[in-house]
Amino acid sequence: MSNITKAFQNGKAFIPFITCGDPDLETTAAAVRAMAQNGADVIELGIPFSDPTAEGPVIQAANIRALSGGADTDKIFDLVRDLRTDVTVPLVFMTYANVVFSYGAERFISICREIGIDGLILPDVPFEEKEEFAEICRRYEVDFISLIAPTSANRIGMIAKEAEGFIYLVSSLGVTGVRSEITTDLGAIVKVIRENTDVPCAIGFGISSPEQAKQMAEIADGVIVGSAIVRLLEQYGREAPAYIGEYVRNMKQAIGTIHSNI
Amino acid sequence: MTNPNGRFGIHGGQYIPETLMNAVIELEEAYNHYKNDPAFNRELTELLNEYANRPSRLYFAERMTNDLGGAKIYLKREDLNHTGAHKINNVLGQALLAKKMGKTRLIAETGAGQHGVATATAAALLHMECVVFMGEEDTVRQALNVYRMRLLGAEVVAVKSGTRTLKDAVSEAMREWTNRISDTHYCLGSVMGPHPFPTIVRDFQAVISKEIKAQMLEKEGRLPDAVIACVGGGSNAIGSFYHFIGDKDVRLIGCEAAGRGIDTFETAATISTGRLGIFHGMKSYFCQDEHGQIAPVYSISAGLDYPGVGPEHAHLYDTGRAEYVAVTDDEAVNAFEYLSKTEGIIPAIESAHAVAHAIKLAPTLDKNQIIVITISGRGDKDCAAIARYRGEDIYE
Repeated sequence: MSNITKAFQNGKAFIPFITCGDPDLETTAAAVRAMAQNGADVIELGIPFSDPTAEGPVIQAANIRALSGGADTDKIFDLVRDLRTDVTVPLVFMTYANVVFSYGAERFISICREIGIDGLILPDVPFEEKEEFAEICRRYEVDFISLIAPTSANRIGMIAKEAEGFIYLVSSLGVTGVRSEITTDLGAIVKVIRENTDVPCAIGFGISSPEQAKQMAEIADGVIVGSAIVRLLEQYGREAPAYIGEYVRNMKQAIGTIHSNI
Repeated sequence: MTNPNGRFGIHGGQYIPETLMNAVIELEEAYNHYKNDPAFNRELTELLNEYANRPSRLYFAERMTNDLGGAKIYLKREDLNHTGAHKINNVLGQALLAKKMGKTRLIAETGAGQHGVATATAAALLHMECVVFMGEEDTVRQALNVYRMRLLGAEVVAVKSGTRTLKDAVSEAMREWTNRISDTHYCLGSVMGPHPFPTIVRDFQAVISKEIKAQMLEKEGRLPDAVIACVGGGSNAIGSFYHFIGDKDVRLIGCEAAGRGIDTFETAATISTGRLGIFHGMKSYFCQDEHGQIAPVYSISAGLDYPGVGPEHAHLYDTGRAEYVAVTDDEAVNAFEYLSKTEGIIPAIESAHAVAHAIKLAPTLDKNQIIVITISGRGDKDCAAIARYRGEDIYE
């Protein structure tokens, strides 16, 4: 069992996201430590991309702040090396195909393994294109995370059968960003996922409040939150880590009372 | 040329969010059904002929030929199409297909505004809702086209993200499509994006080379020695090349926008300055930095101001079947003025890039050789911007 899958055995998993280098890498390091100390089960680290087509305005702006601040792939690898001196929570990179492809997929993924990255999420690489990256990930024991969307329909079983680490279930149509209401019949999608795999499933896109997190955790094995955390960085900048720690603690508490079914 | 996974050699593919996968699969299935449907093809041909004014003329540019003193020059007059550019060929095809698929709403990206105007036109004709995404900077450069789209009933969204040009308009249209799929077709304007778009758009634009071939055989009894077209994403170029790909003696020459020069950062010449990457749904060549961040490109021409190139062009370049050259702003503006004065034809600044290369090439060829230049659009939209480039204070 991979480190990521193990992380789901500790009750419902809370998975926060942060864009590395927003507004600088020191703040990212402090924020990741705050997340880890306050109950994050897996942490998603975004490597910024100039044109993040799956992101809403909040994370788009974080990508621009990070790139203007000088963050790049090598500096982010160094950040992870530093974090791994004390942070043991599974870490997952979230970025776009070109960032990995341009670095050289084999070189990128071998460094992931070396520095202690447990998984890779590429939102612009669907099932049909995944072997270009997933085959290398398997050789280096990095989980290639698959996404399932509200429109996946007849594709859910096929994707679930080959899933590794966890399944990222996209809650709604559209791009990332806070939503007041999630209307997709996620229970029905999770049911099909369960029929095809034991790999845990976490719901992301649009979740911000403890109530929403609780509601989603009742359906799935974990909850992913991005934009709500990035908003704290937008608002508090270098002071954000303390607020992020508090936010993660509240969210983990909200879902911590739900009995895990793994 | 396309294999089942939508590849042209190593290029192409479907690098898009899972949310869109069933939409592109549905589109591919519908396209494969209707492309062989006689009723669909009759309806499309009638629209192209009766509404869009096809076939477009293949005009012998005698004054330009005499002036340059080399190869015989013909102009493929896509500028004479309804809405003033080749874009209508693809849009009528896609809009009709979308209608057959039960879609009621078209969304599109636009750079110079020609594809946006064509999409707004088709939407008006077929009674569909239409939203066009256009970089904020381009809404200023091409203000007249923004008005035309609104006049035709479309909503124009000024995109304020990134460099506020064509690449950002594509990103925003993709984001909107993931948000609303069931009633909406993304009417992509060039031979780019995820499979099946590069194939669909090429097939609808291939009418250009089909006509050139027939017209050339009728006028000259032989094929041309070279076909020249401008390349941004590359739709008018692939349309001009397609039926000649098997005719190895016909040189196929794509003209990219060099902006202020390929040795500067202010360029959009993807094949000259880019490298292999993955973006906007496809693997192809892209202008990018060492970390894979997409470069902020520049050209005087909003329609060529894009950091990538269609995957079939990337493959034609790899195999050596087509040549790609870079043309600067200065050369394009000179050609814009040259064709206006010499032949009384004001080309789009995009098409002027192809004219500029022909001006260089023609004198090096024999008088019995033949060049075809595709004039992909008309230049009325560019007059104010070119006047400003020449230091005249004209605003629309």
